[in-house]
Amino acid sequence: MTAQARCKCVQWILIAVFVLAPTAVLAQQANTAQGLDEQVQEVKSDVLSIAADLNQLEERLLYPSGTQVAIFISLAKGDQMRLDAVRLQIDGQLVAHHIYSAKELEAFRKGGVQRLYVGNVSTGDHQLEVLVDGKAEGGADFTRTERFTVRKEVKPKMVGFTLAGPGSASPPIALGEW
Amino acid sequence: MRVARQLIALGLAIGLAAGPATATDLKDLYFGEALFHALQGQYFDALQRLDTELAMYRGLDQPELDSLHYHINDAEFDVGDFELNYRMHHRAGRAIKAVLEGAVDEAVRNEAAFRLARIHFQKGQLDDALNALGRIQGTVPAEIQDDVEFLRANVYLATGRPSEAVTVLQQVHSDESLSGFVAYNLGIALLQDNRQQEAIAQLDKAGQLPATDRAGLAIRDKTNLVLGTILFESGNFDRARQAWDRVLLEGPFSNQALLRAGFAEDSAKQYDRAVVPWGMLAEREPTDAAVQEAMLALPHAYASLNLHGRAAILYGKALEAYSNQINRVDASIRSIREGRFLKALIREESREDATWVIRLRSLPEAPETYYLMELMASHDFQTALQNYLDLEELQSKLIGWKTSLDAFDELVELRGQNYEPLLPGVDAQFQELDVRMRLRLEQRAQLARHLKTLLTAPRPEQMATTEERIALERIAQIDKQLSNSESPESLALRERASRLRGALAWRMENEYQERLTAAYVHLNELNTEVDALHQKYEAFVRARQAATHSYAGYDVPISRLRVRVGEAQQRVEILMARQGHMIETVAIEQLQARRERLVAQQNQARYGVADSYDRASRAQSGQPAQSGSAPISTTDPSGETGR
Repeated sequence: MTAQARCKCVQWILIAVFVLAPTAVLAQQANTAQGLDEQVQEVKSDVLSIAADLNQLEERLLYPSGTQVAIFISLAKGDQMRLDAVRLQIDGQLVAHHIYSAKELEAFRKGGVQRLYVGNVSTGDHQLEVLVDGKAEGGADFTRTERFTVRKEVKPKMVGFTLAGPGSASPPIALGEW
Repeated sequence: MRVARQLIALGLAIGLAAGPATATDLKDLYFGEALFHALQGQYFDALQRLDTELAMYRGLDQPELDSLHYHINDAEFDVGDFELNYRMHHRAGRAIKAVLEGAVDEAVRNEAAFRLARIHFQKGQLDDALNALGRIQGTVPAEIQDDVEFLRANVYLATGRPSEAVTVLQQVHSDESLSGFVAYNLGIALLQDNRQQEAIAQLDKAGQLPATDRAGLAIRDKTNLVLGTILFESGNFDRARQAWDRVLLEGPFSNQALLRAGFAEDSAKQYDRAVVPWGMLAEREPTDAAVQEAMLALPHAYASLNLHGRAAILYGKALEAYSNQINRVDASIRSIREGRFLKALIREESREDATWVIRLRSLPEAPETYYLMELMASHDFQTALQNYLDLEELQSKLIGWKTSLDAFDELVELRGQNYEPLLPGVDAQFQELDVRMRLRLEQRAQLARHLKTLLTAPRPEQMATTEERIALERIAQIDKQLSNSESPESLALRERASRLRGALAWRMENEYQERLTAAYVHLNELNTEVDALHQKYEAFVRARQAATHSYAGYDVPISRLRVRVGEAQQRVEILMARQGHMIETVAIEQLQARRERLVAQQNQARYGVADSYDRASRAQSGQPAQSGSAPISTTDPSGETGR
């Protein structure tokens, strides 16, 4: 084989590779796989639609709009604290206690918001107590507790808490109401 | 060369992956919640949330007043991205087309066109990808400019237009994250365009680019591997070895690089130098194909150095290793046939990082997944595997939902049992209170109307106090008693009565405004009580409605959902069985192919042992050795077998 011919050979191998030709083993299965993949996509679509209807039903049944309250947690933009856990009390009752994984922390840092709790309260004023455990950027442990009064009207109530570590320009636990 | 394919796929994944738009100054909590799920790879949950939000948004009369309005473009894009990540290409395309055809500004439309092109490219619809890219005109958001051109070049390459790909790639000035991929693809494009020397120069440059992250290091290693192969094929062994030497010893391509470096030395008849990389390689993970090749290549090199005793020992070691590996492959095939591979795949705790499939091998009686690495790196197998895992996740959800529906049924029944006997009594009591309340409210309304009349037509006597009213009545009575008498005493008394009436009238006239104001004040004080009463009334009505709504009207939706869940469960079960069967079949075929290769290598090793002992004996007895060493059949760097 001449050098040029060998180069040509390598070239053709690379070209074959580049157009994403299936491997020999998979070639026979390719058509079946494609059909199967489409069916999987369809069933995913159906299950998503069932999930939407089920959610609606669940909301009507368990959290009617007149009494619904949802509590959300987010991190202040750019904050580097390591959030370990959040505890939430409504009117003195512990309603949520969440310990955060590394994945969840990463999602917070990229702007995600967690729905920590959804439940029911009557209309009127309610006491919310939020306790945050975490580690500051330097690695020191810290704990913060804040109390807030929120008013529940007839419509569903959404409350967001934005958390920040010590040394941040933002307050440790800031309340936002929607 | 399958290894090359793996890395090209990696290059595309890194270069073209788009994460969800991060929520800067978030205005919509539920959109943030969808991101929270997506950023953890929970695309089903993310889609479920975002679909609901978007459906609600689209159903609004004034969507501009909704908090999602601030993020609507990001949300439309993200739903497409989530669908793509959840391997729902059909829906992903539809979502992005909707943005493309909507009334959006140029930058947003261009980004939508780019995302659509990317979907088409991933689906292998290259013409559609080009059409979508053709729709990009005018302002392109700065953050996707490089990605657009990189994608365009990839589409050109995939459609056999390398010269256009070269032109595009030469103009991409990307940051470090993409530079390795751009440089590599430019080299490949030049090669496809028959510009051999330029391709080598470009790959040489790409193979020396600085890299710090894993993807950058991997593409650089791959570049050097490919470059070395091209140089080797053109007979330039020295430069080929230099390229392979640049491949990291601990990287994913190090085994291939060591194997090929040995071939380069072997081709240059530098057998003493060939044993160095092959010797190193032969000690590595024995399931790796390159390691298995090295086990045969190493004794071949020693035999070429006329060290037949050493060669015989190494051939013997290789023979034992191949036998062990054949047994492992047989056990793996049996394990897959017994369904253990699929069972291991769905074990939740094993799915912690990117190498989880390989780690399945450590599970008891699980197949040797190391043999399936190449297969697993292929796009089709990955899709099949991910589909299987997705189906398994759907099945778990559906089972959970079925349980929830049963619980809902029970809940509704219990609520009905609780409320139904109570409500008639509560309703009767409420009706009675309602009548009384309405009466009082009517009285209050009448009073308010009366006061309003007095404001426009003053009638001071209407504002008389009780005392004054009694006094006026007594005066009227006195007047009546004295009306028939004309005696002087009576006249004097009538005069006194008249004065008294006048005094009262004077007081009532003078104090009229004050009294009217006081009446208004009192009426308004009553308003507070009435408002509180109204609130209680409405709260009761709401609570009463909620009581009924808590158990009435759920039978039909629950039974419909139960039917849908049941049907979906059946479909998922069937699809899981088919998908699982396909995975098992492909895996077994792959293992059988590896087995055949191992058997061939075992035969060569067996021959090598005999041949080496023969040559060693001849050498010891002083007989002349036959020329050449035992033939070996290994995979050379071009991917061709037979040496």
